[in-house]
Amino acid sequence: MTVKYTEDHEWVSVEGDTAIVGITSYAAEQLGDVVFVELPEEGRNSNKGDELAVVESVKAASDVYAPVSGIVKEANSELEGAPETVNQDPEGKGWFVKMLITDPTQLDAMMDADAYKAFCADL
Amino acid sequence: MSMNSQGRPSTPVATGSQHDTETVSGSKGLYQFEPLIFETDRWGKTGVDLPKAKGTKSRLGGVERAGKAELPGLSEPETVRHYVRLSQRNYAIDLGLFPLGSCTMKHNPRLNEKMARLPGFADIHPMQPQASVQGALELIDELATWLKTLTGMPAVAMSPKAGAHGELCGMLAIRQALISRGEADTRKRVLVPASAHGTNPATAAQCGFIVDEISADKRGRVDMEDLRAKLEKTDDVAGIMLTNPNTCGLFETDIKDIADLIHEAGGYFYCDGANFNAIVGRVRPGDLGIDAMHINLHKTFSTPHGGGGPGSGPTVLSEALAPFAPVPFILKDEDGFRLVEEAEEEAKESFGRMASFHGQMGMFVRALSYMLSHGADGLKQVAEDAVLNANYIQAKLKTVMTPAFDGFCMHEALFSDKFTAEGIETIDIAKALIDEGYHPMTMYFPLVVHGAMLIEPTETESKAELDRFCGALESVARRAAQGDDTLKGAPYLAPMKRLDETQAARKPVLKWVPPAPEQLAAE
Repeated sequence: MTVKYTEDHEWVSVEGDTAIVGITSYAAEQLGDVVFVELPEEGRNSNKGDELAVVESVKAASDVYAPVSGIVKEANSELEGAPETVNQDPEGKGWFVKMLITDPTQLDAMMDADAYKAFCADL
Repeated sequence: MSMNSQGRPSTPVATGSQHDTETVSGSKGLYQFEPLIFETDRWGKTGVDLPKAKGTKSRLGGVERAGKAELPGLSEPETVRHYVRLSQRNYAIDLGLFPLGSCTMKHNPRLNEKMARLPGFADIHPMQPQASVQGALELIDELATWLKTLTGMPAVAMSPKAGAHGELCGMLAIRQALISRGEADTRKRVLVPASAHGTNPATAAQCGFIVDEISADKRGRVDMEDLRAKLEKTDDVAGIMLTNPNTCGLFETDIKDIADLIHEAGGYFYCDGANFNAIVGRVRPGDLGIDAMHINLHKTFSTPHGGGGPGSGPTVLSEALAPFAPVPFILKDEDGFRLVEEAEEEAKESFGRMASFHGQMGMFVRALSYMLSHGADGLKQVAEDAVLNANYIQAKLKTVMTPAFDGFCMHEALFSDKFTAEGIETIDIAKALIDEGYHPMTMYFPLVVHGAMLIEPTETESKAELDRFCGALESVARRAAQGDDTLKGAPYLAPMKRLDETQAARKPVLKWVPPAPEQLAAE
């Protein structure tokens, strides 16, 4: 299992042809208390960079972009009733979407954990 | 005890026992405790005593209400007191400085109100014969002439009801122009800079366009490299929606290049004119290559808003978009003024109608009154003073707080939260300002600045008032820089203390539920 990160603060955990997508601890911390999450429907085909979900906190509403192209297999419906999960466990139980990856080569250009850590330290 | 420059303590004075702040009644001084109107309700009580209607029969075809309406039962004095007490908790521009960035909360001159109340304007009806309202039509026409002159644009649609409605008007005109070019189905992409107003992408999406965000550069302005990259593919671009001055309170210095680039790509240039008060009389948007721009009469031209509204958002249009303007509009011929109401003949290319009638007449009277009482030179000074006041605040606070960008600002001063100690956030500063007697500034917006605090003083505040405000904000900012934890509990002196905004958003209680019957029986 590899975990990769984007400059828009999404993480992708890849196993086989499936990617689990969420927002990073850094993003959750910056957003503050998450109050609402809007998730995509199953089967939606998203290109890399498309708006995948919306996360709303007491401070701001932000788009979550598809870090890779793929088809939505499952959305974490638990977040709808318990958006606080995103703050409590952003890189675990607070995942947003499971996707079927259509172009795995897109992962190559993404940051690994160390590179992402350095990226955040620079912000 | 440390004092601020006004000789007041710069930290809250410790309150002794609980009795200093709490009372038996829940009231504080002459600020009376006020329950919800439903909690004041007594069954069977009413402010009016009407005889039971006899011999009536329903004509609602069976859809009439079956149960009781459950309106609260109050006498007239109880009702009056309830709403007057609530109004006392309100904060308004008539009470003090209202530094809400991006909202231009300026004084509403009373002369405007007097003019709007003249019976010839106040008592007319939109369905009156046009021959009987020639004066009102002339007023709309004269206001339109002022707006066209100030913006350097050939046409203006007067009917949009507020800012976002004006945006919709401009974008519908752009869409109609694309339809007439036969390109409506291919040109779907609208570029929106990160420094634009939040309503801009919403409007583009509402009109069926795809929003493509352009990033902001380190100067808080449109990233020209990103713009050029987005315009590499030109045949799908409908236009750009840009706010100028932008939400960072900065003039988009590359605006003429932006206009050229978008026009070369075959698109149109929409400018959000909500911040026109910063440039009115100084810059004509028509000279910058803009195709459409709404003007908030309720901001730049001092008509009331923020609960006192309604708004009004006339939209100026370039020669390229003018044929597509919405109906109705006013024409003058030998018989006087007349309204063109249908999208035919002289309006055959119009995209249609946006409102039932002709616009916000009461706001038109107020705006024209403001223009005539200031004159062209006075309006120029409005822009100059608005920019001067914002820069005064930025200069006075820049050593204590962190300005978001280098250099002068336009009509609003923007700070980031970089100066605050670990654990103290923008919201703590905003809440502490309430204790100091001020409505907080705009916070966490624009998103491109971390922990943003956006302050717009407007031109109507005196130097003395700006000094008082800066004194209060400076003392709060110093406490934030020192990590004063008491800020986390502010406001302490407001009728309601710190509210749980997270819980209110996650689990909103939107409906009052009556207490259980056993509880009522116990009363």
